Amino acid sequence: MSEFHGNSSLDEAPPGFSFDNCHRNAMIEQVAAKSNSVLPTATKTGTTIVGMVYKDGVVLGADTRATGGTEVCDKNCEKIHYMADNIYCCGAGTAADTEKTTEMISSQLELLRMNTKSPSRVVTACTLLKRMLFRYQGHISAALVLGGCDVSGPHVYQIYPHGSTGKLPYTTMGSGSLAAMSVFETEWRDDMSESEAVELVKKSILAGIFNDLGSGSSCDTCVIRMDGTTEVTRGAVAPNPVAPLRAAINRSSKLNIGKGTTPVLSTTFTPARVTLADVTVTEMEQ
Amino acid sequence: MSRHYGQMQQYSSNNFHDGKSAETRNLKRGEVSSGTTIMAIPFDGGVVLGADGRTSTGTYVANRVSDKIVALHDRIWCCRSGSAADTQALTDYVKHYLSQLCVETGRLPLVKVAASLMRKLCYENKDNLMAGVIVGGWDPVENGSVYNIPLGGTMIKMPFAIGGSGSTYIYGLVDSKFKEGMNKEEAETFVKEAIAHAMARDGSSGGIIRTVVVTEDGNKRGYVSGNELPYGPAGW
Repeated sequence: MSEFHGNSSLDEAPPGFSFDNCHRNAMIEQVAAKSNSVLPTATKTGTTIVGMVYKDGVVLGADTRATGGTEVCDKNCEKIHYMADNIYCCGAGTAADTEKTTEMISSQLELLRMNTKSPSRVVTACTLLKRMLFRYQGHISAALVLGGCDVSGPHVYQIYPHGSTGKLPYTTMGSGSLAAMSVFETEWRDDMSESEAVELVKKSILAGIFNDLGSGSSCDTCVIRMDGTTEVTRGAVAPNPVAPLRAAINRSSKLNIGKGTTPVLSTTFTPARVTLADVTVTEMEQ
Repeated sequence: MSRHYGQMQQYSSNNFHDGKSAETRNLKRGEVSSGTTIMAIPFDGGVVLGADGRTSTGTYVANRVSDKIVALHDRIWCCRSGSAADTQALTDYVKHYLSQLCVETGRLPLVKVAASLMRKLCYENKDNLMAGVIVGGWDPVENGSVYNIPLGGTMIKMPFAIGGSGSTYIYGLVDSKFKEGMNKEEAETFVKEAIAHAMARDGSSGGIIRTVVVTEDGNKRGYVSGNELPYGPAGW
């Protein structure tokens, strides 16, 4: 009887930080310095992300700008990540770190749901995230706003790259967090209605978009309700449309290559030859 | 390391004075600090623990209502100061080991045992941690007791303990106002007053005051909001 190997992601993780790539990185930096070439910078999500609790659930919001140094790499990236049907997580910091960290914990949550046959709790996601981030001592640059609804109510957590967490009724993270927090501190109240909550979240993200250089483009929102429904809206507010800018660029008509420009000389059709493999059935010994 | 007359001895071996506390200098970039003022006093029948509510990243207040008093067990609590991530991880470990110990021994753990576990972790990992904690609680042997575990991992049982960056501003106050044999009400008032004074002077402490009163019968959480402080910066 062969051994059953349990899922390694739930087993003891290798202790400490893996320094395998540090030597390689040092070599690359040396070579780059000698040849005066410019190393690519990690794509960061400069970012404004927010989360707040309202009467019947949680509203999360995020901007959509991803930067690499001072250049905007992605004008419409997705910063609200799926963790579970009832839990979503906004991420600020290095884009790859937030993406992969949330994916990893999302799959751990799914396995746990299969093993326990019950829906995930927000505090579980928070603990899994903080344990992992603490193990890496802040080298994984992921600052997260985690929000969701579970059997014990609606919850919002803030998680820092070094592994500390805070549970709050409303929170903001990222470079635009100060701008967004100023809006929250002025207008947040206990027990807001859904429409008021969504309006407040949009307002705070817009504050980040217009007052912080690291945040921009448009605002995504995610509403998670206690009754189990979720609504993710990409581009809930889009004050910076790209289409009119593109349309204003005058391109030579020679660059518009229409259908039929390349002449078709001949067409042949050869059907693939598929042979059916030999099928034999042997009964198992009882 | 030479000692200059009038200068405070630093925890770190470099001697330059840049106006920052030992705690701020040793935080990594972007790390969240429970800047803090924490305090604990035993009284006849239990212990009062108190803390401010400010968690900061550099000059920004990340959480203005944070809870720095954590339950390690039914009647044993701990106040956290230093790096938020390090102290949260430490208290999770100690909670885990304590609960295992209780399953094995079948009885309530002693505050001394909880403090020793905390001290062991703090001392043996001192190179990688920045954590100053105060462990306080009630047990059937010692009644109320308080143990201070500052940065290096020393553990000292004290008649009362203060810690965190704001504690430096209230040493004079607590030394002059402390008296042996306080009852529960006196101890609570003393804690709130001392922390309020520290919050008035220390930039890394502020917001609200959280208290926990631990007795044989139970734990009572208290809260003083920012506009009801016994002492405010303008001397209200």
